[in-house]
Amino acid sequence: MAEYSFLSLLRNALSGNEDWKPAWRKPDPRPSYDVIVIGGGGHGLSTAYYLAKEHGITNVAVLEKGYLGSGNVGRNTTIVRSNYLLPDNIRFYEHSMKLWENLSHDLNYNVMFSQRGVVNLAHTPAQMDEHARRGNAMRHEGGDAVLLGREEVARMVPGLDMSARARFPVLGGLLQPRAGTARHDAVAWGYARGADRRGVDILENCEVTGFLREGERVVGVTTTRGEIRAKKVAVAVAGSTGRVMKLAGIENLPIESHVLQAFVSESLKPLVNQVVTFGGGHLYVSQSDKGGLVFGGDLDGYNTYAQRGNLPLVEEVMSELLAMFPNLARVRLLRSWGGVMDMSMDGSPIITPGPLPGMFLNCGWCYGGFKATPASGWCFAHTIARGEAHPLNAAFTLDRFARGILIDEKGQGATPKLH
Amino acid sequence: MLIPCPYCGPRDLSEFTYQGDANRTRPNPMSNDQSAWNAYVYERVNTAGDHREFWQHSGGCRAHLAVVRSTLTHEIKSVAFAREVAK
Amino acid sequence: MSPRRAHNGGRIDRSTTLRFTFDGTAMTGHAGDTLASALLANGISVVGRSFKYHRPRGVFSAGIEEPNALVTVIKGKLREPNIPATQIELYDGLAVESQNRFPSLAFDFGAANGLAGNLFAAGFYYKTFMGPVAGPLKGTRFWMFCEHFIRRAAGLGRAGHEPDTDRYEKMYGFCDVLVVGSGPSGLMAAKHAAATGKKVFLAEQEPEFGGSLRWKSAAIDGRPAADWVAATLADLAALPNVTLLPRTTVWGYYDDNALGALERVADHKAHAALGEPRQRHWTIRAKDVVLATGAFERPIVFPGNDRPGIMLAAAAARYATEFGVLPGERIAIFANNDSAYEAALALKDAGAEIAAIIDVRAGVSIAARELAREAGGELLLGYAVTNTSGARRLREIEVQAFADGKVKDGATRAFAVDCLAVSGGWSPAIHLASQAGHAPQWDEALQAFLPPAPTQPWTGAGAFTGAYSTSAALGDDIAVSEPEIEYEPAPVFEIRPTGKKSGKAFVDLQHDVTASDIRLAHREGFQSVEHLKRYTTLGMATDQGKSSNVPGLAIMAAARGLPIPEVGTTRFRPPFSAVSLGALAADRHGHFKPERLTPMHDWHVARGARMYAAGLWYRPMIYGTGGETVEQAYVREAKAVRASVGIVDVSTLGKIAVQGPDAAELLDRVYTNLFSTLPVDKARYGLMLREEGIAFDDGTTWRLGEHDFLMTTTTANAGKVMQHLEHYLDCVWPDLRVHVTSVTDEWAGAAVAGPNARHVLEACVEGTAVDNDALPFMGIVRGEIAGAPVMICRLSFSGELAYEVYCGAGHGQHVWDALMNAGQQFDIVPYGLEALGTLRIEKGHVTGAEIDGRTSPRDLYLDWMLSKKKPYVGSAMVDREGLVAADRVRLVGIVALEDRPLQGGAHIVERLGEEPRGSIGHITAFCFSPALGKYIALALVKGGKARHGQRAFVSDPVRNRYGPVEIVSHHFFDPEGSRMHG
Repeated sequence: MAEYSFLSLLRNALSGNEDWKPAWRKPDPRPSYDVIVIGGGGHGLSTAYYLAKEHGITNVAVLEKGYLGSGNVGRNTTIVRSNYLLPDNIRFYEHSMKLWENLSHDLNYNVMFSQRGVVNLAHTPAQMDEHARRGNAMRHEGGDAVLLGREEVARMVPGLDMSARARFPVLGGLLQPRAGTARHDAVAWGYARGADRRGVDILENCEVTGFLREGERVVGVTTTRGEIRAKKVAVAVAGSTGRVMKLAGIENLPIESHVLQAFVSESLKPLVNQVVTFGGGHLYVSQSDKGGLVFGGDLDGYNTYAQRGNLPLVEEVMSELLAMFPNLARVRLLRSWGGVMDMSMDGSPIITPGPLPGMFLNCGWCYGGFKATPASGWCFAHTIARGEAHPLNAAFTLDRFARGILIDEKGQGATPKLH
Repeated sequence: MLIPCPYCGPRDLSEFTYQGDANRTRPNPMSNDQSAWNAYVYERVNTAGDHREFWQHSGGCRAHLAVVRSTLTHEIKSVAFAREVAK
Repeated sequence: MSPRRAHNGGRIDRSTTLRFTFDGTAMTGHAGDTLASALLANGISVVGRSFKYHRPRGVFSAGIEEPNALVTVIKGKLREPNIPATQIELYDGLAVESQNRFPSLAFDFGAANGLAGNLFAAGFYYKTFMGPVAGPLKGTRFWMFCEHFIRRAAGLGRAGHEPDTDRYEKMYGFCDVLVVGSGPSGLMAAKHAAATGKKVFLAEQEPEFGGSLRWKSAAIDGRPAADWVAATLADLAALPNVTLLPRTTVWGYYDDNALGALERVADHKAHAALGEPRQRHWTIRAKDVVLATGAFERPIVFPGNDRPGIMLAAAAARYATEFGVLPGERIAIFANNDSAYEAALALKDAGAEIAAIIDVRAGVSIAARELAREAGGELLLGYAVTNTSGARRLREIEVQAFADGKVKDGATRAFAVDCLAVSGGWSPAIHLASQAGHAPQWDEALQAFLPPAPTQPWTGAGAFTGAYSTSAALGDDIAVSEPEIEYEPAPVFEIRPTGKKSGKAFVDLQHDVTASDIRLAHREGFQSVEHLKRYTTLGMATDQGKSSNVPGLAIMAAARGLPIPEVGTTRFRPPFSAVSLGALAADRHGHFKPERLTPMHDWHVARGARMYAAGLWYRPMIYGTGGETVEQAYVREAKAVRASVGIVDVSTLGKIAVQGPDAAELLDRVYTNLFSTLPVDKARYGLMLREEGIAFDDGTTWRLGEHDFLMTTTTANAGKVMQHLEHYLDCVWPDLRVHVTSVTDEWAGAAVAGPNARHVLEACVEGTAVDNDALPFMGIVRGEIAGAPVMICRLSFSGELAYEVYCGAGHGQHVWDALMNAGQQFDIVPYGLEALGTLRIEKGHVTGAEIDGRTSPRDLYLDWMLSKKKPYVGSAMVDREGLVAADRVRLVGIVALEDRPLQGGAHIVERLGEEPRGSIGHITAFCFSPALGKYIALALVKGGKARHGQRAFVSDPVRNRYGPVEIVSHHFFDPEGSRMHG
């Protein structure tokens, strides 16, 4: 398949764009593969891509129940960052950041990763100290973090309410300069195309209906497109983790599914340059290249598999956005939607062999899955290929909860709605 | 969502605080069965369908309610005082 | 008069002339005009520029579905971008700007994009801008360079930086029946429901009720439709159980029949009336909903279909009938269904010349033929428009024979027209129904998606259900006289001339998505409807594809060779039409969160306190005495406490009354230590864990009686602890006979601390002794201060002899004043949080910075508080391997070895290198210790106690502070506690 470049674009434009080929094939399922990856979202596709690229395992199928990228990879607010507090998270997300920085070249697909910076605002001296602690934690792991004073924030983010009457006056902020945003769909499509170019079969509209077992061992799946066998079966289905794992007889996991709403305003000329987060509540906002303000807040806060939220949260999010940017009251909300999040009990992910022989599990992304897409696939591919975790995901086990080796970034305990 | 509080009547979602999965039973406090404690604290059935869960009417009578609600449609199937269910 | 205004007709008030400006040019219109009708009346053809190719665009519709004519409304310094001109009611002094053009609407550099249209086809940006793989522009740099310009070119209107000072309002509405839409079916539904005595809300997004009856020619009960509307409305308005909501768009359908609606209260006025909000956001709880939202007309896609002057047929008729404005002088009609024939006649009646009626169908109904005859102009059946010309206004259309879904080779005919009214059939406005539930159903005869089966209590009515005629909307009981036209369209969505090179055929006008973009998406495999949308941006513009989604889908279906329903439809998401963020925030815009103030707040402020937000509370940080730095102030305050006496407001601490026969049992279960053994009138320090064995909160609990305890919590966790107790009582231990009540706001609290604290109390407390026998450490007494009842507990956070004095909140200031008076002779000093923190750091007491949700009691050296005699919340899990691991961070003290401040959040390392590496922990709290004369800190460091006496370094790269420290015990000062026991 042809490389994408300005020249190929020009050549095709001159011939009326009639010669473009599909970005990925639409093959029929084969009876068996070396590896089946369940879930054609960002993580499943990146897993397949890195299985092929890093481990030479190309006899791989990615099974997607709907259209490719129909889950959270196409429903998030596109933020990419690695500004974590705990070392296990920093190292993992920092690896992800490095993959992001070269992803468009790697995939020969412009995922529009724009390192516009993420500014976390601080409104009390205690919050400044918390930001300093996190920034320092990042710096001690080789990451980038800058503590901003009030004036620097005011200069960097015009429109912010810097007045004394602000309910939570801005004292400063933590900037991660290398963080930013990417075009979410392009990440799914780029990985799909990249995996497909290396021989991976991407099977859309192929819903898993059951697991094939030989004793304890998982040896394949039944699907709406027939039975498919595999040496290894990997599950990367985010919000659907509970449902899919029940098909394998795993009734309980340290995961709850919750809905997170996201919002986009009408298109505006450039107004917000960075990703800005509010410290007086829970809100993040950035502006897309098309000009829409993309923002979100907390979970609705109850278990659900429905991709729809409710009004109280909508009102809360708008109040927070306007508390930060009182100039946006006349800007209009264009669209809102919901994604189903796999909330883990400590807010950190799970990338592990098991829990059944022949099976591999990737879940628990809470609402931070998008930025993890490259490293998640990279580590999961390693775990599948080698049968054991890479040091970068060695901490993301399933048994860490029972053992008390928690990675509780927010210190909230086993209360997933708060992660 | 509209949750019919047995004490206050039907009230808007915004008056309630979700208090999580109600399918778990706290082990005997004297028990040191770590797998039972792990199941109670960390594991969830995460039902796709009718889900037993607690809601607190935090903006009203403050009672915890034991609710059965569909996680697919958000339809509330039943509501009772958690205290009575727990007894 | 203006060139396009008809001499008579329309529902505008010609006696009232309103002035407005468009891009600074003064114009006039009439009361009842929209901005769109007024612009048309002023002969304005180009109103905006499109998103990608910056093509000149005119008014396309007359309603909320408008993709082209978007403007920015200017009110003083405030800007409201992207408002459809069709939705703006004209008022005197209205000022608007056109958008997305540089330097001007007439001449726009961005239009150059159109010359390279093939290059900028769907998805082009995914294939390029990656930049070089090496060199200075590798990584993301090249893309970010290009993106800078792309961002400037994209976007529509410009929002302002000025805070919006207008007021928004929130309203809850409860009704038996909410009727959405006030066309014939909505009015009938409201009338029927109201007649049964039900409480009815009738919401209409436009300023006037009546919907299509306001411009259709139908006669009802032998009189003009408008008269019937007026009479019906008058009847409804007279009923006490009916609420009429004009200018109210129901935009969201949420669970259990909760609907969001936006009422534009004052947008149509130059100034809101006194007390009036700009907009009002409604949450409406309806037992039943009637969706009578009508239908959107959709266009036909053909080359050159975006020129100003080309508009939807019903919209053209509406301008003529409702506003007395002719969208053109010589008009052609292009249709695949009969409804456009009614439009033709309406336009003719208003004074336009109908040049031709072009219909892709070979044959049409008798009613349509009759309408065509009356309208005049040539009737071209089996023809299609295949091209258009005209730079900034339509000048000419080309027409060719059309059969079997294809353009026939052969002669082209041209018509010189300045307006083309197009109808490609109708799409019911099923958005709210789709939000509420399932996927819609395709109807082959109507070539439209009809609403899904309800999943919530709603019913549909009128055009929403596909019953487009007025008689169908009104039902059998009402005599309607209207042409018996056929609404079923021919299944023709796109006209593709063969052979010759033709212009772009637009599907999504605002986003410039063309039919060939859709075919390109198909070619590249983006074939599912969601991929189509996301790859081409079809339907993602401000109009959300209200008129373009179905044609786009049909073109994809044709490319795939599938019937339309198999390609699918996208789920509609809220909002149905754009809603201002201000309205959604409503009264919280400008009032984000409540403020909690202690009874002594004003006193603190008057004494120059610098206030600190602690959650919703405000607490004094320091009391400034002119010219002092923060450090000087807290050192002065802390010194005064250790030297004599100080007073601090502790009213914000959480306070919970725990009462009942099993109160002591509850406390034994939730605290790690025993409370059942606590004597009455004594207090004890308690620690709570989460079930996981992680420290949760701490505080003292006072036993006021056998069955009566007062629990105190940290300020931050007051709500969480309350919920924690309620959860266990309701869900886990329902057998315990205990009531818990939050009494935080009932009590005011002041802590009096220092060697002279007892003397201060002795000077003002009556009714009780406060000496060491009457009030020993952790003892409680009751008495009076200046006539107000008080409760005093001798406990200490500062390490000094100290008392907490509680009184009713209403007496708070009174008692505080009395304490200050009594303390005067001892030079009592009020102290703030910084001094409080300093005193506690010197003592090594923990607070929220150390109990941060990750630390175990052992990490904090509080294992002495873990009872071995009883189980408690957390006891089963506190010994897990992860919680007793050797490499956990544990509490230590830190002393700076240089005379420089330490800072919270700084990390600790064993050695300093070139790069910050090897963190072994971090500083949780710091101060200058007046007692030690040094900068000290508390820290959580790997190994904890084992490192006492070791040299380490503070490493604070984000503040560029590095330097040597010594790790010591966290009990810096008076570790034996002799001062507080004295």
